[in-house]
Formats: sequence, structure tokens, C-alpha cells
Amino acid sequence: MLKSASAGTLESGDIYIEVSPIIEHKIDVKLTSIVAQQFGKRIKQIIIDEIAKRDLNGISVNVVDKGARDCTVKARINAVLNRAMDTEVIKWD
Amino acid sequence: MNKNRLRRTMMFAPGNNPSMIQDAHIYGADSIMMDLEDSVALAQKDAARLLVYNALKSCNYGNTELVVRVNPLSTPYGMQDIEAVVRAGVHVVRMPKTETAQDVVECDEQITRVERECGREVGSTLIMAAIESALGVVNAYAIATASPRMMGIALGAEDYSANLKTNRSKEGIELLLARQTIVVAARAAGIDALDTVFSDLNDMEGFANEIKLIKQLGFDGKSVINPRQIPIVHNIFAPESQQIEKSLNIIRAMQEATAKGSGVISLKGKMIDRPVLLRAQRTIDLAIASGIISKDELYGYEVENNG
Repeated sequence: MLKSASAGTLESGDIYIEVSPIIEHKIDVKLTSIVAQQFGKRIKQIIIDEIAKRDLNGISVNVVDKGARDCTVKARINAVLNRAMDTEVIKWD
Repeated sequence: MNKNRLRRTMMFAPGNNPSMIQDAHIYGADSIMMDLEDSVALAQKDAARLLVYNALKSCNYGNTELVVRVNPLSTPYGMQDIEAVVRAGVHVVRMPKTETAQDVVECDEQITRVERECGREVGSTLIMAAIESALGVVNAYAIATASPRMMGIALGAEDYSANLKTNRSKEGIELLLARQTIVVAARAAGIDALDTVFSDLNDMEGFANEIKLIKQLGFDGKSVINPRQIPIVHNIFAPESQQIEKSLNIIRAMQEATAKGSGVISLKGKMIDRPVLLRAQRTIDLAIASGIISKDELYGYEVENNG
């Protein structure tokens, strides 16, 4: 169903996201960010919301943020989920 | 969407680079062109498409015109690019490597389908076509008139030179026929003509010379690859004070004629015909965009004339 995948870069203004399947039924997000104190909670929430939209569970997410804006976080988490699910079918919102 | 607007500069931004996609408009280019084609590696086409889609949907780009260069429809990416950017509300889809009117018709059909599906007004997405081959130059007028969505045609000189079996020179002699053909086709079709990029950022003098050349040939503007190139283009395209004064007088005469209900515009005993009026309007638009005169000055004339 879900395979390991990554998207994004470590360049300034971007965010690098890796996902992999785990046995436990949970969404486990680990975040490293230069602005973790200010925006860490918000970044995690965007990631969790996008995963929830796809009804996914049992997923580990490793995130290295380099000051990405919300729209970039949203783009990168959706890119990595498409790759992990092996689909290019996009739900446009 | 506004088909007739100033397009002195179209700033290129690689589609998979978040910083450039989000901030390309802050340098003052008239249009920004987010690129999903040549600057994006095949393995990153999916990620770049999502990045551009989300940026178009949520970033505030002010009055900057938003253009996205999509991949050709003949590739596995072109359709999905159109699907994403039309849904996101892009102003202009830029088609690469356009060779025939049929290429434009096919792009138009796909845009129309997506506009219908997402509830966007049919016809609101414009198209510009990049001409990058000998066949494209030969078909320039057919391309320029292939769809009511067409707002401009542009020269892509790297591929075009390779197709001609030559290489680019500083003087650009190998591009002369293509440039003139594109300007003539654009003018005949009533749309804009945009020139190719100048890649040597260390040669600003060569860049300025090229701008003077393409301005004289009749181009509306140029694709730029670096913010440093923008003020150079804008300065060269800025009208001179004498020209502005003359144009303001023509506009004033037009407003006086309108106020009197007269269909004939005259200035100092001479009749002003339509091409002169259109050129004056363009000069005033350029002068405002270049910050030489303010809109208030123009409104001043309107108030005076209406009073």
C-alpha cells in the first residue's frame, strides 16, 4: 500500500519530507526546523491534515524544514504522499 | 484576464524552487513565468507542478501577470500541468515549442475542458506560444491567430538556433528573420511579441544593446532570467519626456473631443488618426509603469477636460 518516499530539498525556503510505513496505527511526525519554536506546531498540523485527508494511518514522517511557507509545506507533503502511494491522481481543492 | 497590458519584462522562475516561485514578483517584472518545462528534472515534474499549483492558489502576487510554462502536450506531463495551473487560476498558459496552429487548438481544447470542470469562466485563461523552430517561424501568423485566447508569441532562441544548424551570436544576426517574422505576425494578429532570454549575466552592455535592438524591431518586451536585468529593460522601454508631453496632449485632445461629442480628434489644427492615438496611449502606459508620470497627473487632465 504505502512505500517509503521523499520530496523537497534542503535549500532555503524549502522543506524536505520523508515518509515510511510503520506497524502502529498512528501518524508519527518528527520535525527539525530553523523556526521550530515559532512555526513547528503549524507545520506539523498542515502535514497531519494532508495525511488525514487521504485516510492514511501507520505512517512515519521525517521533516527537515528550511523556512518553507505554508503553500510549500502543503505542496511537498502532497508530492511525497503521491510518491508513497504510487499515484498521480490529485484531489484538487 | 487582461489581454492588453504592459509586458516589458517576463521574469523566469524555475518551477521546483519555492523561494523563486514565491518571491519572483517582488523585483517589479510586469509578468512572472513559472517554469515546469526545461528547468525541472523529469523526476521532479510532479513536485514542481504541486509547488506551482499551491503557490498560485495562496500567494499574493499583486498586479503581476502570472504565466506558467507547461510541458508539451506530447509528453506525459503536459496534460497534468494544464489541469493544475488552470484550476489554480493562472492568467496565461505558455506553450513551449509551438510549431503549428493545431498545437494551439489542442491546448485550447484542454484548457476549455478544465475551465468547464472547475467552474472557471470559459475563455478566461490566456495562451502564449513560444516559437522555437524554423517550422514555428514559418507558421507564426497561423499560430498567433489559432485561438481567441492567444495574447502573445515569443521567440525561444536557443532551440531555434540549434534547429537552424547555427549558434547564437552577440549581434543576433541569425535571429533577425525570426524576430521580424514574430513581430509582424503578432502585430497582424493584434497580440504581443516577446523576445528571447539573454543568458550572459556578466555582459550587461550586450544585454542593453539587445534591448535597444528588439525595441526598435517592435517587440513589446523580453523574457528575463535575473532580477538585475529588469531595470535595464524598463529604462530602455521608458519613453522620453518630449514623447510623453506630445502623448499627453493627444490624450487631452481626445478627451476634449469626447466631451464635445465629436468623432474627430484634432490637435493644433491637425487631425489625429487612430494609430497615433493608440501609440500615445501606449506611451502614457509606459510612462506610468516607468514611474515617470503618475496616474494622478493623467486624472488631472481628465478632471480638467470633464470640467
